[in-house]
Amino acid sequence: MKFGIVVFPGSWSQQDFYHVIANVLKEDACYLWHKEADLKGSDCVILPGGFAHGDYLRTGAIARFSPIMGEVARFAEKGGLVLGSCNGFQVLTEAGLLPGALLRNDCLHYRCKWVHLRVESQRTPFTNGMQRGQVVQMPISHGEGRYYIDQEAFRRLEDHDQVVFRYCDERGKLTKEANPNGSLEHVAGVCNERRNVLGLMPHPERAAEAILGCEDGRLMFASILETFARA
Amino acid sequence: MMLTARIYVTLKPGVLDAQGDTVKSALETLGFTGVEGVRIGKFMVVTLNSATREQATAQIEEMCRRLLANPVIEEYSFELEGETEHDPSKRPRRLIGW
Repeated sequence: MKFGIVVFPGSWSQQDFYHVIANVLKEDACYLWHKEADLKGSDCVILPGGFAHGDYLRTGAIARFSPIMGEVARFAEKGGLVLGSCNGFQVLTEAGLLPGALLRNDCLHYRCKWVHLRVESQRTPFTNGMQRGQVVQMPISHGEGRYYIDQEAFRRLEDHDQVVFRYCDERGKLTKEANPNGSLEHVAGVCNERRNVLGLMPHPERAAEAILGCEDGRLMFASILETFARA
Repeated sequence: MMLTARIYVTLKPGVLDAQGDTVKSALETLGFTGVEGVRIGKFMVVTLNSATREQATAQIEEMCRRLLANPVIEEYSFELEGETEHDPSKRPRRLIGW
């Protein structure tokens, strides 16, 4: 399976994704420079974390106009798998490929720490190897991760089972203390209605090797590989 | 004609403004009473060369819609100033330190 990792000026997690895909999973990985409108035959497109275009104006606001984003939108439209982590999530919301927006953390601090996540839906190509209600650990590293969407749109998200991850404590309870950024209803990750585009603030690529403390992030990669193998 | 658009982008009412709330408590700490709320937004000045004011207004409107504000969380307003205006009261106020 071939993973294409989009690189914007200011991206910083692309090498971590590349390392996990190429060296840990032993799959194909390639970088996709944002100015090239070519996905190079990727089976799954990844938008990594970082500060694309310096996060000027708003996080992800400038990146969505990069030439590659037109291709990413067409790819998603055809049902292609698109995963955005951290800044990648912000870019996907700005591009309108995912609903909602990410605001400044309510604590105003940049939070860089391990968090617990509760899997809210395993009905996505990215989480089908997990169980609903399962608690997994991944690191976060962001200053603007407070998910927001208006009430009516949020109800639609819930009706369509589009909330995929929520911040929780180690036992899976949704508490204020366990929510690192004040996101609406503890949301940490959502998918589109068609379920082929997923965005999350945490970093699965930083939780994919035991030597780094946790391998839970690999469950996401395993799900993607499984989806691809069955297709 | 050369026109200047002064654009204000703010979080929609109801969207928590963590920065604004923090500044509000700082003002209260300083002893300012009666501060009911603080909202922090962005102020942008766009200078553009346009054939007519109507065309400039339409352009700025589209800029706000497509890039300068995110309709999910923000709202915008703007005022246009330019060479056709001679009303001195409409001139930008001089701020100390500018």
